[in-house]
Amino acid sequence: MSHDPAVLPRLRSILPPHCIITDPQAKKPFETDGLTAVKQIPWLVVLPESIEQVRAVVRVCREHRVALVARGAGTGLSGGARPAADGILLGLSKLSRILEIDPDNRIARVEPGVRNLAISEAAAPYGLYYAPDPSSQIACSIGGNVAENSGGVHCLKYGLTVHNVLGLKVLTIEGDELTLGGATLDTPGYDLLAVFNGSEGMLGIVTEVTVRLLPIPAVKRLVLAAFATLQTAADAVGKIIAGGIVPAGLEMMDARAIAAAEAFVGAGYPTDAAAILLCELDGTHDEVEEQCAQVVRVMRTAHATELRTSRDDADRERMWLGRKAAFPAVGRIAPDYYCMDGTIPRARLGEVLRAIAQLSVEFELAVANVFHAGDGNLHPLILYDANAPGQLDRAEQMGGRILALCVRVGGTVTGEHGVGVEKLDAMCGQFAAPELEQFHRLKAAFDPAGLMNPGKAVPTLARCAEIGGMHVHRGKIAFADIERF
Amino acid sequence: MPRDRDDSQRLIEAVASAVGAERALWICGRGSKTFLGPAAVGDMLNVSDHCGIIDYHPDELVLTARSGTPLTDLRRTLAAHQQMMAFDPPMFAGEGSLGGAVATGLSGPGRPWYGAVRDAVLGVTLINGRAQPLKFGGQVMKNVAGYDVSRLMAGAFGTLGALLDVSIKVMPRPLFEATRVFAIDRDTAHTMVVAWARSPLPMTATCHFGDALHVRLSGTEKGVRAAAAQIGGDEFPHAAEFWDSLRDQTHPFFGGGRCYRTVLPPAAAYPACEGEWLTEWGGAQRWLRSSTPRGEVDAALRRLGGHATESRPSAERQPLDKGVLKYYLRLKDAFDPKAIFNRGRLFDEIGQ
Repeated sequence: MSHDPAVLPRLRSILPPHCIITDPQAKKPFETDGLTAVKQIPWLVVLPESIEQVRAVVRVCREHRVALVARGAGTGLSGGARPAADGILLGLSKLSRILEIDPDNRIARVEPGVRNLAISEAAAPYGLYYAPDPSSQIACSIGGNVAENSGGVHCLKYGLTVHNVLGLKVLTIEGDELTLGGATLDTPGYDLLAVFNGSEGMLGIVTEVTVRLLPIPAVKRLVLAAFATLQTAADAVGKIIAGGIVPAGLEMMDARAIAAAEAFVGAGYPTDAAAILLCELDGTHDEVEEQCAQVVRVMRTAHATELRTSRDDADRERMWLGRKAAFPAVGRIAPDYYCMDGTIPRARLGEVLRAIAQLSVEFELAVANVFHAGDGNLHPLILYDANAPGQLDRAEQMGGRILALCVRVGGTVTGEHGVGVEKLDAMCGQFAAPELEQFHRLKAAFDPAGLMNPGKAVPTLARCAEIGGMHVHRGKIAFADIERF
Repeated sequence: MPRDRDDSQRLIEAVASAVGAERALWICGRGSKTFLGPAAVGDMLNVSDHCGIIDYHPDELVLTARSGTPLTDLRRTLAAHQQMMAFDPPMFAGEGSLGGAVATGLSGPGRPWYGAVRDAVLGVTLINGRAQPLKFGGQVMKNVAGYDVSRLMAGAFGTLGALLDVSIKVMPRPLFEATRVFAIDRDTAHTMVVAWARSPLPMTATCHFGDALHVRLSGTEKGVRAAAAQIGGDEFPHAAEFWDSLRDQTHPFFGGGRCYRTVLPPAAAYPACEGEWLTEWGGAQRWLRSSTPRGEVDAALRRLGGHATESRPSAERQPLDKGVLKYYLRLKDAFDPKAIFNRGRLFDEIGQ
């Protein structure tokens, strides 16, 4: 592939030498994100140390028509940060300053490379914290959280990233610096904050984020309940919510996930249960006490076979340990696993889990289920061995079938991990051609040349037509000549 | 008037014919919020007959309804299951539809704690400016498949498409509520409210007007009583009517004369504008009754990181950020290339 010879000298004139990586070995760590099955070495990696340098890199990309892929901490799970072979990978991890904590207005203003957990750590002295807590929160960056609209285990009560970001500064490929929102609860005009959250780096580079901070709850308590069947556990979730309680977190694990977690961290989970629910309640002392009593009552009438309530914070942390270590724990019982991310209407849970069990038999691959039960976000982990011929293919095919199932019951192919490159095909099943066209037009409003993170998030109609998964609208396929990705 | 009717075919055909003739359409639900901003031009596209709840599962905390569904119907249905639209959209003159609530993006007194309309929107079906019915988002809480077009519709004043149906997240009604009232001046109230908002209290609404501060607490009975004892004040008996009167602007404060809606960082000082203030949202939304010209009020607000819009009468457009306007116009073009929908309502398409 021939690269524009003018690009590198221009980058060298704006970035110090240690901020440009051209050596193939040194570029290797950037070839993949958390979806490690997808790899691509970029042409160049740049790691700017200032917003001014980011501006200059964007200018070079625009003027030389070079693809630009932004990357935060590289913990994404859908290949959203997979580099372009002939493009520039823009790592933003060095932009990691916390610019302001304003406790009275309950906001933090930070650069995009600030780690999720670092915000809560900086806010803690003021009795405040940042609510969204994706499982990678120790490492993932807030810029990446915005790009993916990251979730976590406390979404039901506290929302996703989009609910907790008040303002953004973004840089478009055309060099415009937009201030969206800010320290106020609304601004006139279109809600571009909503569009940028979850846009997977396709519309602009996030250069600053203003997040809302919440008071740290006075008390948190965790109720663990065991159930003899998945269905009774699923029913209990509905009953808790119908009873008027919105728990801070409500998680479910199936028998295989429980066994793996127990073997790994020994959290004291009942290994004879078909499912456990972990229900966290937070608030003031009196409130948590009342809610806890109600949840225990509901769980009991919903046929919980065993009930435990955390005695103190240390006990609560111990009880969470198994859930928080569930993914690495599953990683110990199989050489590889493929993590799915569908969301379904909760009432369909029993039916979906039964269908997944059937697929597991059909594809001869075991599945462990971890479930954000409160908000219907299912993470089936398909266990496979990448070294066994054909297993990766089977795992991916089975994953595709699970996502199609999620769409069929009224859900979505991705709850919180994003589409990236991983779920492009699955998107063809969820959206009709005119909807995909509308997405492409929205993208073109911000990036008409298509230089930002090309080939991610929204499949071309040609690709969908080829896999046959698309709803063809009135027999017509638009853009049939567009490049497939 | 129908209560449950699918009028989508007629609406799609009406849009198609308007697109063909390049004729502007003014989208209208119950007509309760037409006074917000300049009037749209063109033929009325009446969506009020496209109404009824399509899907509601209280256990799932999700409701889907056609855009013309009256808010009163939704409130009644939800109340029967002890649930609510937490964003608590206003019903001016007792009216309003779901589509209008989403399009105007207005939220009630609980907004800082319960979220805004856009926070509750999970999915929409809309007719774009190519007369195509399109579905975005869905009926689940977590969904990052594709750009979040559903939330973009909140506050877009119908300029990007005509909503056919909307799915929203609904919430359980609090098990118990109490409103405390304090006889206290504006600045002392402001300091107290800002401090309370930093602590984990079950606060869900505040209002300061004249010399009275009202604070609503919501949660479990014991939790609310303990919080009430902690913050003090006196019990306020007519709480529900009071908060509704703020939401629907039937409170005497809103009765005539020029009034601005100002939005500020909650702890920001009061701008030096002559007039009478009514402060909600823990300081984040402050209404100003004043004869000061709009330009002066807006300039004073911007110095403090906020902005002002005229609340009523309000023939003036919202003040849009010039830097972002280029992208607004491109977005408008991406959804509605012939500028059919609500022309002139949010910006001057022709004049830009």
